[in-house]
Amino acid sequence: MSLQHYLVISAILFSLGIFAVLTRKNAISILMGIELILNSCNLNFVAFSRFVTPPENIDGQIIAIFGIVLAAAEAAVFLAIILAIYREFGSIRPDEVDTLKG
Amino acid sequence: MDFTLKTFIFYGFALLTIASALAVVTVRNIVHAAFALMVTLFGVAGLYVFLQADFLAATQVIVYVGGILVLILFGVMMTSGRLEMRIHIERGQLLLGGGISLALLMLLLTVIANTPKWENLTDDGTAFAPTTKRIGELILKEHFLLPFEVASVLLLVALIGAALISRKEVRE
Repeated sequence: MSLQHYLVISAILFSLGIFAVLTRKNAISILMGIELILNSCNLNFVAFSRFVTPPENIDGQIIAIFGIVLAAAEAAVFLAIILAIYREFGSIRPDEVDTLKG
Repeated sequence: MDFTLKTFIFYGFALLTIASALAVVTVRNIVHAAFALMVTLFGVAGLYVFLQADFLAATQVIVYVGGILVLILFGVMMTSGRLEMRIHIERGQLLLGGGISLALLMLLLTVIANTPKWENLTDDGTAFAPTTKRIGELILKEHFLLPFEVASVLLLVALIGAALISRKEVRE
C-alpha cells in the first residue's frame, strides 16, 4: 500500500461528496455529502502524516481529530437550522427556501 | 503469505468504502443513504487502522457512527414525512453535477499521478506503536494545547447555538 492508494480513495470520496452536494434536493442528503468531503480530508491528513513525515511525528492525526470535532459541531448546528427551516417552511428542500430572493 | 492477506484486506476496505459512498450519493431512499453512510464511515475507520492510527479509528467509530449518524437519523425522522423519504432529483442538474464532479476527480487523479515526490512512498513495515499516549501529550502538554482549548469553547458555542435555534419559540 502506497501513499497514492490512499490519495486515490480520498479523491473518489471527495468527488462523490461534491456530487451529492450539487445534485441532491434534500438538505440532509447535502449534509451527508459534506460528511463524505470531511472524511476524505481527514484521510488525506492521516495518509500524509504516515508516509511523508518521520514515523514518530503524528501531527496529521491531531489535525484529523480536530477535523472530527469540527464535523460534530457542524452537524449539530446544521440539523438545528434544518429543524428551524422545517418548522417555518414545512419542507427541507433548499430551493424552496427563497425568502431573500429578489 | 502474510503480506498478501494484508493487501487483500486493504483492497476489501477500499472497495467497501467507495461502493458504499457511491450508494450514499445515488440511493433514492434517504434512510438507506444514511445506513450506506454508516458503512462508509466504518470503511474509513478500517483505513485508519491500516495507517497505524488506532486512536483515530476508535474516535471515528465513536463520534461518527455513534454520534453524527444518529443525529442524521433523528433529523430524517423529524423532518421527512412518508413522501419526502424519496429524494427528488432533476435530470439537468444530475448531468451538470455529474460532469463537474467527474472533471474534479480527473483533475485530482492527474495531480496524484504526476507528482514525482509522492511516488514510491510505501509502507516501510515499521512496527506498530500505540499512538494514544503521544496524542495525549501533544494535546495537553505540548503545542496543541491552545487549539484544544479553542475547540472546547467552539463545541460549547455550537451546543448552545444549536439548542437555541432548534427550540420552539415561546410566545408570551
